[in-house]
Amino acid sequence: MPSLKDLKNRIASVKSTQKITKAMQMVAAAKLRRAQEAAEAARPYAERMGNVLAALGAAYAGRADAPALLAGNGRDQVHLLVVATGERGLAGGFNSSIARLARETAQKLIAEGKTVKILTVGRKGNDILKRGFADKIIETISFRDVRQLGYVNAASVGEKVLAMYAAGEFDVATLFYSRFRSVIAQIPTAHQLIPAKFEAPAADAPETLNYEYEPDEEAILEDLLPRNISVQIFRALLENNASFFGAQMSAMDNATRNAGEMIKKLTLVYNRQRQAQITKELIEIISGAEAL
Amino acid sequence: MAEGTKLEIVSPERLLLSETVKSVTVPGADGYFTVLGDHAPLMTTLKPGFVTVVRNDGISHVYYVRGGFADVSPEGLTILAEEAQDIAEFDRAKIEGLIAAGLTAQQAANTADEEMRLQAEIDGWRNLLLDASVGTGSTAH
Repeated sequence: MPSLKDLKNRIASVKSTQKITKAMQMVAAAKLRRAQEAAEAARPYAERMGNVLAALGAAYAGRADAPALLAGNGRDQVHLLVVATGERGLAGGFNSSIARLARETAQKLIAEGKTVKILTVGRKGNDILKRGFADKIIETISFRDVRQLGYVNAASVGEKVLAMYAAGEFDVATLFYSRFRSVIAQIPTAHQLIPAKFEAPAADAPETLNYEYEPDEEAILEDLLPRNISVQIFRALLENNASFFGAQMSAMDNATRNAGEMIKKLTLVYNRQRQAQITKELIEIISGAEAL
Repeated sequence: MAEGTKLEIVSPERLLLSETVKSVTVPGADGYFTVLGDHAPLMTTLKPGFVTVVRNDGISHVYYVRGGFADVSPEGLTILAEEAQDIAEFDRAKIEGLIAAGLTAQQAANTADEEMRLQAEIDGWRNLLLDASVGTGSTAH
């Protein structure tokens, strides 16, 4: 049975933990708003890019002279998994759910006899995937020191991926990140980067008109496809960022609530013991007085 | 007859501008061109350069854009640029830095192809500086 002093100390320590989680929750909430705005600001660009490429790409579907980034290089042996996670923990299941999806995919690919290479963006993904896939991780990119994620950060990742593709180091690239649905729902998502996959253009989208192309269709496609990789990565990083703060916020909210419950329980035990002690002392005094 | 054209300038980070304007001059792959209302559908990649926007009230405004493409459709003109900013934020020193970096890379270039490509890039940046010193890109038709 813990003494009164022990209980008092426990309560004090849980209280200070609660203060920390509460503060973290509020910080996450403030950062979430900014991250969400950034993610929304990036959406028009990515969407337009997707529409244009889908329209251009449709013309090339099934043609032998289609660019490799669009049609693939004809092989399906070496898979590159680009796993984007957070830089920090304390965000509930955020990092581990992305890593789990990546791990399951990797295991499936390995079972099929394919070669898997992993490029992690974010320190946490590396930490988690190191267990079991240490020999598969070829590089880790960390944006720990970056205050505000900019397009240049994503472009640097994109260039790396493109350089590896050009060097023939992989055949198919898939990007893993967490899509931001709401504060409580973040969906781990796999998105194939190379060969490029597009959502089918909306049925009511205006039919491709008699566009004039400058310099020509092929050159535009060749210019846009590499850009699109960076844009997709940028978008994923922003979504990830928003998801991270959303996950952290709800995790910290839970932690604060749990700490509150714990304090309540401990206080109850503390009070009971205090009363028991008083009763005991009273009995001692009374029986002492009676004995006289 | 449509009055002016709808213009959107979008960079990966944000939507820079979205409004109906009188005319827009764009640095296309084959040179600057100007879009008025009811322009034929056109798609082009962008060269680094200046977009001149003339508002409906006749006031013009210049933006610096780099990398990306312009899409002229019946709905209007969309400029998707990797980098887009107000001319006031345009940084000469940065471009000069890029030229210097290009020249160093050219020294180290192994193949003639590589050298040509870098030369074209450097020329592009130099033209850009010329345009900038003249004032706006619209003079470089």
